Amino acid sequence: MAEIGTTKVKRGLAEMFKGGVIMDVTTVDQAKIAEEAGAVSVMALARIPADIRREGGVARAADPGLVEQIMDAVSIPVMAKVRIGHISEARILEYMGIDFIDESEVLTPADVTYHIDKWQFKIPFVCGARNLGEALRRISEGAAMIRTKGEPGTGDVSEAVTNMRAVMNEVRKVQSMLEDELVVEAKELGVNVELLREVRVLGRLPVVNFAAGGIATPADAALMMTLGADGVFVGSGIFKSSDPLPRAEAIVAATTYWEDPKVLFEVSKGLKEGMSGIDARTLVELDKMQVRDN
Amino acid sequence: MVIGVLALQGDFREHASMARFLGVEVRLVRLPEEVGLLDGLIITGGESTTMGKLMVKYGVDRAIVDRFDAGRLAIYGTCAGMIILARDIEGSQAQPHLGLLDVTVQRNAFGRQKESSEEDLEIEGLDTPLHAVFIRAPVIIRTGPSVKVLASVAQRPVYVQQGRLLASSFHPELGSDTRVHEHFLRLAEQSSNREV
Repeated sequence: MAEIGTTKVKRGLAEMFKGGVIMDVTTVDQAKIAEEAGAVSVMALARIPADIRREGGVARAADPGLVEQIMDAVSIPVMAKVRIGHISEARILEYMGIDFIDESEVLTPADVTYHIDKWQFKIPFVCGARNLGEALRRISEGAAMIRTKGEPGTGDVSEAVTNMRAVMNEVRKVQSMLEDELVVEAKELGVNVELLREVRVLGRLPVVNFAAGGIATPADAALMMTLGADGVFVGSGIFKSSDPLPRAEAIVAATTYWEDPKVLFEVSKGLKEGMSGIDARTLVELDKMQVRDN
Repeated sequence: MVIGVLALQGDFREHASMARFLGVEVRLVRLPEEVGLLDGLIITGGESTTMGKLMVKYGVDRAIVDRFDAGRLAIYGTCAGMIILARDIEGSQAQPHLGLLDVTVQRNAFGRQKESSEEDLEIEGLDTPLHAVFIRAPVIIRTGPSVKVLASVAQRPVYVQQGRLLASSFHPELGSDTRVHEHFLRLAEQSSNREV
């Protein structure tokens, strides 16, 4: 008897994304460009982070009609974002048969205390994290994939670098811990000690971990792979640039050939203007999306 | 014997660790010149459109076909790898693929992710069922005369062999049952012996 919606098939889809690029799209045309460029999945949303940042207001899940059109237009898996804690936005997407839900701090949180109990869903969720504790808490809630946060919509990779280094550094620390130290560490992180033991054995998170937020160039993608990411999300970096298709293709190649400077050189040269961006250090704490949950 | 795992995109880490566990030398393959030493090649799960595109862009497809045609290579494709091996892809013939395996595949044949599943599967030649994980999996809707069906779901082939080509819709690399990989290594062994 075939079983659906199991942890294995949820985490399994994330495994298939590894070494790939997931691209934010807001229209059917963009979704087709992303597929043509070699994206492993597209993230359907109403506004890309750079525009959410510029226009302000409450950012909600995209119109399900738009998401449906994008699902019909491409053969690759489709993801969509819901507000943190917004169970009903997630139920709508599950009903539609979306392939992955991103419970995302890029949208305005619907619940300032609780995240969605993701074990109750048949389809997988990805959540953001800035450190190991946050990642393991999301996994405890049922996340099948982690997206190490950067600062979305800035085109500045520095925050993604800081957070990926933090996660990997904590993993390495856990690997060298004795059992008694591990118990105390679990308490301090607010996570299950079993989960922490799993991290110690694996030497990585128990689910796939992508980098996200501020990635704008092929070299940015390669950098995140070098720091230990399993793949990358690119939001504003592609469709806010002046010539999206070649840039998208170059970022796809750079994510595969991140160790190969010759390929990185070839795909990086001659790309037209990237997104203009914002220096993440100039943002005040209130403007940062990554601190909206923890 | 050297087994390559195509590492353009997808779950190559899992395939590589399963092959290493079985005691063979494993190389990750991303460039055409890395195909030359191989006796066997595993084409992983992932997105077939992404892998196909990169394969053509960097010339890995020609290197694989040349070595296979020379009788020096066995190939095993899982999920996306099965699509890439196929001669025909229903409704998506234009996407890059190798066309070596005489079948027609249908992508996402069970539906979207919510239809992804796991189940115990009876497989020809194995005494006990294999626990199979299907993720947005393809099925085979036509098999050529030289293709042997080793397992089916609802009468649709999900595991086939044609000489030294092996393909499965499911992902043995996501579990701990090594019997499919062992079978593949025996096929690769034949290519290896032929070289001498």
